[in-house]
Amino acid sequence: MSDLYVDMSVITLLAVTAVAINNIRNLFATAMLSGIFSLLSAALFVSMDAVDVAFTEAAVGAGIATILFLGALMATGHGRSAPVKDSKFALLLVVITGAVLIYGTLDIPHYGDPSAPVHQHVNPYYIEQTRIAIDIPNAVTAVLASFRGYDTMGEVVVIFTAGIGVLLLLGRVGRSTASKGKGRS
Amino acid sequence: MIHHLVLRIVAKLLVPFILLFALYVQFHGEYSPGGGFQAGVIFAAGFILYGLIYGVDQYRQVISPDWLRRMAALGVLLYIGVGLTTLLMGGNFLDYDVLADHAIQGQHMGILLVELGVGITVATVMMSLFMMFAKP
Repeated sequence: MSDLYVDMSVITLLAVTAVAINNIRNLFATAMLSGIFSLLSAALFVSMDAVDVAFTEAAVGAGIATILFLGALMATGHGRSAPVKDSKFALLLVVITGAVLIYGTLDIPHYGDPSAPVHQHVNPYYIEQTRIAIDIPNAVTAVLASFRGYDTMGEVVVIFTAGIGVLLLLGRVGRSTASKGKGRS
Repeated sequence: MIHHLVLRIVAKLLVPFILLFALYVQFHGEYSPGGGFQAGVIFAAGFILYGLIYGVDQYRQVISPDWLRRMAALGVLLYIGVGLTTLLMGGNFLDYDVLADHAIQGQHMGILLVELGVGITVATVMMSLFMMFAKP
């Protein structure tokens, strides 16, 4: 029962943070609030026993992403975002999308339902074989690095590619100082 | 940023612990939550904290952008290298069973190496991202 109260209060705080992010025009505050949003999501994941996901969310979402936002703010020097005119159409669109999403959740299995399809397919095999074939306590690591090692390789390549992309866009290495102004635009 | 004495001292005290914690998350990922991704990000966060407090110029003196790019490639190559090694040793791609005499030992070794590759790439990509954003 107390789990339910924790979940409800965290979800309420998430909603409040999201509304605040939407309303505040000060970009520094927005960056900080998005960090808080990530931290609250991490708390929600912990309460759902998904500690590995929570760890990643806290480290990436609340940590690195916030720092990169701050770095971008420092680089551009913009303190405030331009005021946006409230649009009735946009509100309507968001409400309709939200309603459709909530309608979609009515059809999916309840949280923790052992008969849900996701727990029927390969999951039992992974849980069983982690002990037999790999023999490490953390099944998440076993799935990530061994059972689905090929997928994780793709993810590492994606991160590497993203790094290369940013280097190409923002990197100054090997470029002469004369073309500096040209490259900025 | 130069005159924040408390921040500078606290950061200097914290950075070694952050890096140590990242290594713990990296090499203890088989037993507790965590793994290469999280460890890499935490490791990078330690350096980025240093960069935020002491300035990007000093950050650049600690680690060169050139070195970061090489390490990012090295992580990916380590991962793929483990896969190719298993292929050469007679198994499937990324089938760690063949890495050691005992299949479970091979799995442990493979997971450790692969996670190390993930950690190196994630940490160095994050560090160079910060470097790019901090001083474009």
